Amino acid sequence: MSLYILCFILFLLGFYCLLVKQNLIKKIIGFGIMEYAINLFFILLGYRWEGEAPILDKHQVIVNFVDPLPQAMILTSIVIGLGVTALMVAIVIRIYEKHKSFDINEIRKLRG
Amino acid sequence: MIEVHVILVLMIIGAIAAIEIEDMLSSVIAMGAVGIGLSLQFLLLRAPDLAITQLVVEILSLIILIKATVGAKMPEEKFKARIGYLIFALLFAAAFLFFSEQALRELPGFGSPLMKMGSEYLAEGLKKTGAANMVSAIILDFRGYDTLGEATVLFTSVIGVLAVLRIMRKRA
Repeated sequence: MSLYILCFILFLLGFYCLLVKQNLIKKIIGFGIMEYAINLFFILLGYRWEGEAPILDKHQVIVNFVDPLPQAMILTSIVIGLGVTALMVAIVIRIYEKHKSFDINEIRKLRG
Repeated sequence: MIEVHVILVLMIIGAIAAIEIEDMLSSVIAMGAVGIGLSLQFLLLRAPDLAITQLVVEILSLIILIKATVGAKMPEEKFKARIGYLIFALLFAAAFLFFSEQALRELPGFGSPLMKMGSEYLAEGLKKTGAANMVSAIILDFRGYDTLGEATVLFTSVIGVLAVLRIMRKRA
């Protein structure tokens, strides 16, 4: 339980960064931290006490595997996270080229 | 599981550093430290495939972010978090944690997952797919369409990045 709460605190830190910071790079960092917290939460849900990694062994029978399903889902999610980050950074680079600033107030001022 | 707690607290400290440091390069590197901590967590929680993937993805996204920040002019933070904002943020965090604590009571406790689907996959996986690694059996066989969708999203984002950066080069 305390692990879940700590995980949610990490999520909230990322959310705070995404909402409050005025710097676009900081916003991307906050988004990334939120993503880490969610990935970690799913893996925590699949963990079993004294569990083993879900890889079968030819020589011995293991009964206490951790849940492989969240791991497969999160593997997909991590890779998609990279794509999303790359797209956001590309757009931010483009905005920087145009406005010479990462500050959203500056960018709003220079519109039109 | 004391080591998982310790690394999670270190990750929270790293996240606070990444959020509050003024210098953007240091902030990006602090975020990389959080990602490496996450990779260690996956290793401790018995998910080695995820640990490897997270490490590679973390290095790549760190390179991308450093490419964006290096040589860029640092904006000085004009907006200081005022005390009212801070109180509102703390209130929101308290409410969020309260309700999430209520919701978490309904979930199975840490260390005893439900595994309705998972046990099925573990029992039948080797016979049906012939893969010893159950995670790869699930992503490539049982849920192959998910992986196809993932590849679609990835290629779409690559096309998006190329489109956005190409226009920039044409103007310059």
